[in-house]
Amino acid sequence: MRLSIAAFLLMLLLPFVVFAEKEAEPWSGADALAEQKIVEITGGEYKPWFSPIWEPPSGEIETFLFSLQAAAGAVVIGYFVGYFRGIKEGMRRAEAR
Amino acid sequence: MHIMEGFLPSPWWYLWFIFTIPVLAYGLTKMRVLVEKNPDIKVLLALAGAFTFVLSALKMPSVTGSCSHPTGTGLAVVLFGPAITAVLASIVLLFQALLLAHGGLTTWGANVASMGIVGPFIGYAVWKLTSKMSTRVRVFLAAAVADLATYVVTSLQLALAFPAKEGGVLASFKIFASIFAVTQVPLAITEGIVTVIVFKYILELKRDVLVELGLLKKSAAGGARA
Repeated sequence: MRLSIAAFLLMLLLPFVVFAEKEAEPWSGADALAEQKIVEITGGEYKPWFSPIWEPPSGEIETFLFSLQAAAGAVVIGYFVGYFRGIKEGMRRAEAR
Repeated sequence: MHIMEGFLPSPWWYLWFIFTIPVLAYGLTKMRVLVEKNPDIKVLLALAGAFTFVLSALKMPSVTGSCSHPTGTGLAVVLFGPAITAVLASIVLLFQALLLAHGGLTTWGANVASMGIVGPFIGYAVWKLTSKMSTRVRVFLAAAVADLATYVVTSLQLALAFPAKEGGVLASFKIFASIFAVTQVPLAITEGIVTVIVFKYILELKRDVLVELGLLKKSAAGGARA
């Protein structure tokens, strides 16, 4: 467990150690880079034929919604892990009595 | 990172829908049967769905100097197989397309195909093929491979839709894979680690349901207690 968490943290830090700033805009999204490549491959001909029906009005709001997504998922995971653990603990105490 | 809205021309966007819809229908049926059999499985489904929700919201830096996010489908595919994983991933992708302008509705079919179906399916194959290894290693490999395979498929989808003028699909694939797949390698490893941590909790707390899902044999250590 401890080893897993240490490995997880190491993987998070690794990019900053390995990557020396080479690009004009470091740490941008891989999908934005792919978009550039599509423009290059098609010689700027390709225009997306459909655009998102709603876009987060600013980067802050987008970050907020992504955080909300992660938080909602984490609440569900935490709730059920705690619930199962509580059941186990309750059973253990009832047996001990 | 998913294919952006409007970035798959005809016929590719609807071909991927044709590929995806039957798998989703099959996954939904399978899900219903499982839940009717044992309501406890509903809880595990929620857990696996939530895990995908969390992981696919985290845009993380990678060694290539760009950011991408894990898929979080490894846990679901180990527990339930690829068809049900497809259903869970499709919900996440719909949420992101509608509320985050991440991915898209027209590219939803293609993104479900990569993140929900083909990627997890390859991870599942790894899970099945490594049955002699320890559970921890198998979970790690299945999750990491499902993650990485997802982005190899995304690269292939884009390469098919946008073949290079010189060198065709293969040349394009190299370009897109250098963006998506290479960036994804460290993230796939991270995803494998996180999936192992969560799987360990489920193993500790819900061993009985795992036995019922056919993932563990009753005779396995601690089985009698559960």
